Formats: sequence, C-alpha cells, structure tokens
Amino acid sequence: MKKSVLFGTMAAAAVVAGAAGAGTLEDVIARGELNCGSNAGLAGFSAPDANGVYQGFDVAFCRAIAAAVLGDPMKVKVIPLSSETRFTALAAGEVDMLARTSTWTYSRDNDLKLDFVGVNYYDGQGFMVKKSLGVSSAKELDGATVCIQTGTTTELNLADYFKSNGMTYEPVPLKDNAEAEQQYTAGACDVYTTDASGLAATRATFADASEHVLLPEIISKEPLALVVRHGDNQWADIVKWTFNALLTAEELGITSTNVDEMAAAPGVNPEINRLLGTEGELGAMMGLSKDWAVKAIKAGGNYGEIFEANIGASTSIGLARGLNALWTQGGLQYSPPFR
Amino acid sequence: MADTAFVRDKMLAPQKAPSSEVGALRWMRENLFSGPLNTILTLAALYFVYVIVATIGPWLSRSVWNASTLQECRAIVEASFGEGKKGACFAVINERWQQIIFGFYPRDLYWRPTLTMVLMLVALGPVLFTWVPRKLLWFSFAFPAVAFWLLWGGTVWLPVAILLAFGVAYAAYRVLTPVNGLLGIVAAIIAPILYWLYLCAPLANVLETALPFGLRTLQSHEFGGFLLSSVIGVSGIAFSLPLGILLALGRQSDLFVVKTTCVAFIEGFRGVPLITLLFVASLLLNYFLPPGTEFDVILRVIIMVTIFSAAYMAEVVRGGLAALPRGQYEAADALGLDYWQAQRLIIMPQALKVSIPGIVGNFIGLFKDTTLVSFISLQDPLQLVASIRANQEWNGIYWELFIFVGLLFFAFCFPMSRYSMYLERKLKTDHR
Repeated sequence: MKKSVLFGTMAAAAVVAGAAGAGTLEDVIARGELNCGSNAGLAGFSAPDANGVYQGFDVAFCRAIAAAVLGDPMKVKVIPLSSETRFTALAAGEVDMLARTSTWTYSRDNDLKLDFVGVNYYDGQGFMVKKSLGVSSAKELDGATVCIQTGTTTELNLADYFKSNGMTYEPVPLKDNAEAEQQYTAGACDVYTTDASGLAATRATFADASEHVLLPEIISKEPLALVVRHGDNQWADIVKWTFNALLTAEELGITSTNVDEMAAAPGVNPEINRLLGTEGELGAMMGLSKDWAVKAIKAGGNYGEIFEANIGASTSIGLARGLNALWTQGGLQYSPPFR
Repeated sequence: MADTAFVRDKMLAPQKAPSSEVGALRWMRENLFSGPLNTILTLAALYFVYVIVATIGPWLSRSVWNASTLQECRAIVEASFGEGKKGACFAVINERWQQIIFGFYPRDLYWRPTLTMVLMLVALGPVLFTWVPRKLLWFSFAFPAVAFWLLWGGTVWLPVAILLAFGVAYAAYRVLTPVNGLLGIVAAIIAPILYWLYLCAPLANVLETALPFGLRTLQSHEFGGFLLSSVIGVSGIAFSLPLGILLALGRQSDLFVVKTTCVAFIEGFRGVPLITLLFVASLLLNYFLPPGTEFDVILRVIIMVTIFSAAYMAEVVRGGLAALPRGQYEAADALGLDYWQAQRLIIMPQALKVSIPGIVGNFIGLFKDTTLVSFISLQDPLQLVASIRANQEWNGIYWELFIFVGLLFFAFCFPMSRYSMYLERKLKTDHR
C-alpha cells in the first residue's frame, strides 16, 4: 500500500526480529499520537459516544498522559482490546500503554514482563443475586450456578473462595460482560460475579434494578492498574508520575478550572509550584516540558474530577469513592511527594 | 309401452367441483392435513408460529424510535401502553445507525464510502450482467484503485502510479515477446514488481509535487462497522476467485514444483482456522517486522482473508474441473489450442459453471466470516454493538441492535444468493 509496507516486509527478512526500537517516548512523539489500549466497551470505563470518540474513566487517563507528552488530550488513538489480546498487544508494541481495567498480579508482573505503574481503581470481586433468591451472604451460595467471564482473575478467585469455604458451584463461563448480563437476566445463573464496579454498572442498566442486590462480601483484591512494557523505565515513569500528578492535584485542590490560574504565577505552596512547573525543573527530569502536569490536569481534571465525571455518584453507575478516596480521606489513593 | 329406458336428450349444466376438491380447501387437505401425523405437525407448527408472533408482534408494535436513553424508551412504552409493558427501543438505531454502518469514519466524509459503494455497483455491472456495455469493464478493472483512494484518501497519484504498472507490464510484454515468447511473459510479471518496488512511490511523489491533488488521509482505525465488513469481504471475494482458480490449475499441473507449491499452499491454509490467521496478522507480524513499520492492519487482514478463502476456492474450482469429461480436454487439444486458450475457451467456462453454487456459497461464508475480525480488536458491526451497549444510555439493549445488524448482512447475502441462481438458470445448457 505504501512504500514503507513493501520495504518493511522485505527488510523483515534481513533484519533480525526483536531489534530494540527507540524509547517509547520518542516513538510517541514521532508518531504524534499515543496508542492506548482500552476496553471496546465497559460502561463508565471506556466506550465510544455517538460521535465515535471514546470516553470513560480509563480513557481519561490515556488523555491525561497524551496531554502531558504531546500537549493535546485528543491525540490518543484508543485501541479497543479484548481480555485475551490486551497483554500480547502491549508486548508486541501495538499499544504504548494499557488503561484497561487490568488487575495487577504477581504472575502478570513477572511472567508476562509487564510493569504495573499506577492503580487507578481499587476494585474487588463481588456477587449480584436476585432479591427473590433470599440470599443475604455469599456464604449461602453453596450449589449455586454462577456466571463468570473467562480469561479474567475473577474466575480463579471464585474457585479459591468456594474451595476455601467448602462450597460447590456450577460455573457458566461467558465471553464478556454483555453476554453475562444477558444470561443473568435470562435466568441462566443464580449469581453473577465480577468486579464490584462492573456489577454496579450492570445493575444500573436493569429495568428492575431494585430486584437485584449486591452481596456484602468482597472476595478479592483487584487493583486495576495502568500497564506498560517491562524495560522502558523512562516511559514507565512518565505514566506513573502523570497519574501521581492527578492524585496530587486532587490532594492540593488543583482542578481543571483553577489550574490555569494557579500555574500563571508561583503561589505560596511550593509543592504546587513544583508540580505546575512554576518552580524547579521537574518535567525536564522525565524528558517532558515544564508544564506537563498543567496539561495533564487540564485534560480531564484531577483524579477526583475524573472519577466523578465518569463513574461517580452523579452518574448512573453511581460508585462511591470507597477505597479510591485519597489517603487523607480514608482511602488508598496516595501519591509520593513531588520533590 | 312406455317402458323405454330414460334417455337424456339435454346436456346437464356442468357442476362445480366439490368444494373439497378445489381451491384452498383442497390444497390444505393435500398439503396440511393429509394424514394424522401431518395434521398433528401442522397444528404444532401453527401453534409455534402463533407463539412467535404473539411474543414478537406486540413487542415490535410498541417500538419507540425517538428517545435518548434506554430508560427513556422504557418510560415512553410504559406511559403509552400501560405499566409493565415491554416494547422495542429502536431509538438506539435511530441515534447510532451511522456508527454501525460507517464505524468511526468522520461524519463530514460519509460521502466517500457512499460514493465508493455506488461506484462499486457500477463496476460490478459489466462483470455480473452481459447486457451492460463491455467498455465499462475498464472501469471495473480500475475500481480497486479508485475505491482505495476514496476510502483512505491521500494523494490521487499513488493509485494512478500503482495502476500504471499494468501499462508497464503490457509494454514489457510487447517489446520482449518478438525476441522470445517466454521472456515476454516473464518480463510482464517481473517488470511491474520492480516498478512497484522502486519506481512507484517516487513517481507518485514527483507527480504530487508537480500537481498536488488529494483527499484527506484517513487511518485504518477510523474504519469500522459495516464499512469494514464490506471492505474486507468485497476485497476478499474479488481477489480470492482469481487466486483460487490459479491454485486449482496449479494443483492439476504436471510441473512438480508448481503442483507441490499449490498443494502445500491449499492444504496449509485450509488446515488452519481463519481466526488463527487473523491473530497472526494482527499480533505475530508485529514481532517479525522491524519496529516502527507501518503495515496497515486492514491490509494485513485482507491478505489473510484472501489467502484463506482462495484455498477453499481452489478446491471448489477443482471440483468443477474434475466434473468435466476427459473428452473436453482432448477436444481442446485436437483443435490445436494451447494451454491458456484451452482453459479460457473450453475448460473454465464449463468448470466454473458447475462450481457456481459452491463459489457463491464460499463468498457468502467469507462475507459473514468478516465478523471474526472483532477478535483482533477491529470494529466490526458486532463489536460496535458491544461498544454502543457499553454506553450508559444504551446499556442493556440487545435485540434491536442485533436485528439491525442481521438485516444488514441479509441485505448483502441474499442478493448474492439470488444472483447465483439467476446465473445458473441463464447458463443452463443441458436438457435435464
């Protein structure tokens, strides 16, 4: 199709595969676009709107990082990836990073040679049942049929949980959330289990939402993280610290509306000054511009704003901050200092 | 005396046939209630139809076409038809049909795929129907380049430069054939390849600098929905038939190398699931190609789909070739035709005629298989349906979207099947 195609194909025969490319940062800048792997469709986290532009909680982090690196939050090519292809696509260089509700686990980190650089959502696996079943605790689910998505950590957690509690269950393995939702409403299973955020989002769409309850037990830790390839530390730092900048911004009260004002001139708080580049040269240490954090915050606001706009209490998904509140408010979101 | 037997001297007026022997009643008795078993089956079938209509009918009749969320749809249905009633929410189609058809193609450029579609019909005309002027075949020939330019944009000179290769091939053939016939054919194959590799792009650049003319360039990730399915399906269909015919002929060849290559190719690609090839195209190739190589993912998929389909096509065509009596080949030889003449004038027209149902069946299968690209994260219509459903507004909607996508596919596949039947009738020369 293009010259590069033909030459590339031929060169492939000659060049030994796996030759190290330039750093991811250089690649992204040269391309002028960030390739960000995300969900093809997960309510609240990533979905195309009527104009075909991806929106959502995960996508907002892609946009913040594109803004920090390229100066424009829209210079993101959101590449929708399935559970099965996501890590391969990242390892093969098809995407620069993943913001795709991927749980940080030991074996993924070490065996798959990935780096999980920032937990943007602390989730946990929960259960949803029909109220008519009269179940009030997951401990009463012995012998139940359970809808689960294959290829996810939830499948393994479920097996562990039932085994450790001496219960049995009948799995109904399903491909994705849409299928699971349909099977659950059609009565193919008594219980639907997935991340609690997903359950809440699913329940919100039911015509008879009040007929379904989420059980109180959360049976696993699901830290959903931003992921990059192993071995490119500069790029990992950029993703990690852009995420941290959004957290710190919330902590320091910097929002998308007041960031311009605060960045206009150095203020009294030196940490704000360092973060927004009015003092010191923090951006240059990562190979970014001085005002990288300003651009990142302007893209979609600080962490709290992103949360509220996409999955927070004001949306139909209506998730509470819970574990995802800042550490100062009893949550787990904690950014190392900008110093 | 008066015991003469009665003799009728007037014709009786003809009577109507008994009501059980005419019209609908007779048809029903013969076809629906001809015995106890058939009667039971008929009643069961009627009940089945009734249940379907009674379930779907009201649902369809209560459809809502204007709403912005599923909740709103449900509210409208309940408001107009009473509490607890369910109705179809076609409002989602109303809002998103463009996305299902065009994917993420920019809205202001919808005219480009639409125009391509219209031109495709024009290009298909002379291929499908003999009454269309033959001159149009030139346009059909150039259509792939035109379609590529319209859909992806960029400079107009690249497709022009690519098409020029055929001129190059022709020139090489004409110049060298008088020297040596074989040399002419070899040159006609090698010259355009060399041209594509070394001259094509620079030539396009020169022309573009001299006379810039182009459309806005679009990326492959902006393709999606039915547009993507058609691009992959139609290119796969168009390229796999010729390739399949060549493979089928190669498989029958007496030349050891040609035959072995073709057999290995056919069996190799037929023995692998399409989804594997798609994964190779999308993931594995990235490991082998040098980093930073821009090898368009749709192009990769088209190549894989074409190869896969050609392997099947080759076997279908081989079936047609095998159906020809040996006498046909011998007759061609006796007439003194060379190999290509024999194939073109005698063998292929008959073999292809026999294979029409198989070929078209393959085409339809290929077209529907294009939905498999959702596994490699391309936005086929079904993937888009999932994405649309992931929006809060439309989460929880299934049938309306699936019905729409199903109808779209039907609209493509049904004419294909009808055309194949038309062609079979037209080409029927036997007296069965």
